[in-house]
Amino acid sequence: MQPIKARRDLGALASQALGILLVVVVLAWLGVNLVKTPNDFGRVFLVGISQGSLYALVALGYTLVYGILELINFAHGDVFMLGGMVTASIVVQVFSLGEDPAFGILIAALLVSLAAATIGCALLNATIERVAYKPLRNAPRLAPLITAIGVSFILENVAIIWKGTRPVSLPVSAFSAGHGGQVFRIGQVVYTWDRLFVLAVTVPVLIGLVWLVKFTRQGKAMRATAQDKDAAAMMGIDVDRTISFTFLVAGGLAGVAGVIFAFYSTEISFGTGFTLGLFAFTAAVLGGIGNLPGAVLGALLIGLIQNFNEGLAWHSLGSKWTQSLVFAILILILVFRPQGLLGERTPEGG
Amino acid sequence: MARSSLGELWRRQPPIARRAVPALTIAGLLLGLALSGVLRRSPEVYILIVAVLALFLARGAYAGFWLGLERAGLRNPRGRWQGQSTLLQRAVPPLVIAGSVITIAWAGGIAPDPSLIFLLAITYVLYLLPARVRRFAVPVTVLALVIAYPYFIQQTDYQRFLFNVPVFNAFPSMDTMVSMIIFAMMAIGLNMVVGYAGLLDLGYVAFYAIGAYTAAWLASPHFAAYGVSFDFGSVAEKGILQVGGIHLTIWLVLIVAGLLTALVGVIIGLPTLRLRGDYLAIVTLGFGEILPQVARNGDKDGLGFNLTNGPPGINPIDSPGFGHWLSVHAGLPSSYLRAQGVYVNFLSLMFWSALGLLLITIFCSVRLRDSRLGRAWIAIREDETAAAAMGIPLMRTKTWAYASGAFFGGIAGAWFATIKTGVFPDDFFFNVSVLILCMVILGGMGNVWGVIAGAAFLAYLNLEGIANFNGWMNDHVLVCDPSKQNPSSVISGGCLNAPLVTFGIYGAIIVLVMLLRPQGLFPEQRRKLEFETGVHDTPFQDETA
Repeated sequence: MQPIKARRDLGALASQALGILLVVVVLAWLGVNLVKTPNDFGRVFLVGISQGSLYALVALGYTLVYGILELINFAHGDVFMLGGMVTASIVVQVFSLGEDPAFGILIAALLVSLAAATIGCALLNATIERVAYKPLRNAPRLAPLITAIGVSFILENVAIIWKGTRPVSLPVSAFSAGHGGQVFRIGQVVYTWDRLFVLAVTVPVLIGLVWLVKFTRQGKAMRATAQDKDAAAMMGIDVDRTISFTFLVAGGLAGVAGVIFAFYSTEISFGTGFTLGLFAFTAAVLGGIGNLPGAVLGALLIGLIQNFNEGLAWHSLGSKWTQSLVFAILILILVFRPQGLLGERTPEGG
Repeated sequence: MARSSLGELWRRQPPIARRAVPALTIAGLLLGLALSGVLRRSPEVYILIVAVLALFLARGAYAGFWLGLERAGLRNPRGRWQGQSTLLQRAVPPLVIAGSVITIAWAGGIAPDPSLIFLLAITYVLYLLPARVRRFAVPVTVLALVIAYPYFIQQTDYQRFLFNVPVFNAFPSMDTMVSMIIFAMMAIGLNMVVGYAGLLDLGYVAFYAIGAYTAAWLASPHFAAYGVSFDFGSVAEKGILQVGGIHLTIWLVLIVAGLLTALVGVIIGLPTLRLRGDYLAIVTLGFGEILPQVARNGDKDGLGFNLTNGPPGINPIDSPGFGHWLSVHAGLPSSYLRAQGVYVNFLSLMFWSALGLLLITIFCSVRLRDSRLGRAWIAIREDETAAAAMGIPLMRTKTWAYASGAFFGGIAGAWFATIKTGVFPDDFFFNVSVLILCMVILGGMGNVWGVIAGAAFLAYLNLEGIANFNGWMNDHVLVCDPSKQNPSSVISGGCLNAPLVTFGIYGAIIVLVMLLRPQGLFPEQRRKLEFETGVHDTPFQDETA
């Protein structure tokens, strides 16, 4: 559909100028901070990368589901939270780890948690799709979104019934933020085990996902279904099964993220998934929803922005404005560049 | 059909089996719990079991009733019954059902309460009236009962006047009624956006917050710190007036709050309303999350200017009332909270004023719906492409929907802040947006009356209902030991703490309504058709792409 040319040019020009101005201001602010407190900057940068890769796992779940169903799976953040709760149960009840556990048993707890949370969240997510979203596939477009909000509330309250309203604590270990020993150091910037742990789990998972989507038969079916459901069905792809599979994968990613979060922050509550989920969704939109590399890029950016805002001293807004800042980014991106940084890849977006 | 063979198999069973299996399962579960000692072995549990069975088997029993008559020798009893006059057909079954229930209750030792009989009788008469009369009789009767409500509930021994509602125990208190009305106003406002225009707004709480804070700015000593002092017809007393600040009369505050909120709605709406439906929902959610954070951080530390007084909120706000001048010259009550300097809580006045505001809101909502603008909203909801082709300006129409919804949200917020005489940033969470959305969805998107019913029901559940139900469960059904109860877990010491999962209940309501009855409990005819036949809700001109 060819839009009216002249009006769009002016608007596009203005929004482009605004966007460039904004980026220049942010870069200038970062530059001043880098010069003033280079050590803080390095430290915050590393924390940001770790947190960003955690967001990436959750953001990929949003993007996978949006790419295939055009549904903002509002409950995704809460699936992630339940993954964290599973981890808390395994660490505290099954392994009954104390403070600063030995490395061997810590790894064992991590592996068991990864297996349980990944499988549990994957099945949960696929079940949610079957029960709550599938019957609404032909309903008006907002119906599944509203349902997803309802599911999100149900999952939060499942966590309340299971664990109570108070946050659940995990024992502090080498994987907890601020408690890992040094891996290497550059100048005064120390790279610690807790940050390496996040990357050590996230990066293989991301590589596995890329392999799954790009090089397997099932991945090809996912891409085809995302492009055009009817055509995919005519090519002999079982669309329902592919959608279920996508939810499985997305849920598994959320489960992995939940495990990392639980070990890293050692505290998780029923409301954790809501805010973190929205941050991850912002990341997905920032990178271009439906676009897998975009989700990772957006997540890293959001992680960096959040930590720069909270960790840098010179003229930062501080942690009490983080949420507003991230949502402001969400709104600005949706209003001025809804296709995101790397471009949207949905049936509609082309 | 190999994959859904289990479902197929189930569907091929005779209807009686399909109804009996879940009924027997639930009843057996309840019985097992009762026998195992988790549930009290009280009459309530057995009534519950019988009710579950009866509900599931009702249709079968109904068919069996006719069959029984036929077996007894009557020829074609059902056809002969359907040949009777409509009045007779409507008049007899309720009498039979109510009569048998009352007789059984009487036999069980429960005397029917006169107020219950009175209410049932009114309902029965309304039900029998011809449709043309009923259209006017029902609202008039309901309104009369609601206006008279304070007279019943404010009696010290009101249980003499009002029957005890089973399970929920009591009728809502006046405070709860006022809150229910305010929620109904907000739900009607949201209904204009979601129900009429089909724009999903997940940040409606922002408008509510703006209205509340406007009331706080315009009718409290808040700005006294900046040397502002202004009084126009307020109810504030000399002591508070001497402190300074802006003190406008509440009636003006309401209008200003509505207009300011509508303005904010337009400002938010102009850049965002061209977005696709789900993106719009997320953007509104973003605004709904940002504004409360601004309210929390909007003090000297956060903004450099004390706009919202941060986490403690702004307190006190002038109470509602007509002010000294009107009190002296027109005899209207000066303040709803004070008389001659003494604290008196005129709850009925608050209730009637809120009811008046609600009636105005309903009137505006219905008139707007039937106006040119309202018809344009509905056209956009049904098919944007066709609406645009018919010459409806999409952006302007949507912005108007947004502004109108915001207007009533703002008024409701201002009234809420005034009757609570304070505004606190923690009142404005995403949960409230979803609660109001849930009211609209449950009642039936687009139908004002359904939305009011949904709002009243859910607000009641939120404020009293769930707590009352919880108390009943703990006292009558569960084996509860309060000394072993942990206040932060839902089930502990045999006790239920259902208020903790209030929003889980709303989540379940949303999912169930969307899956089983997406048009809501009281659907608008048009909306129902849309859900049945589908709509073209992909936008015609996606200007953002």
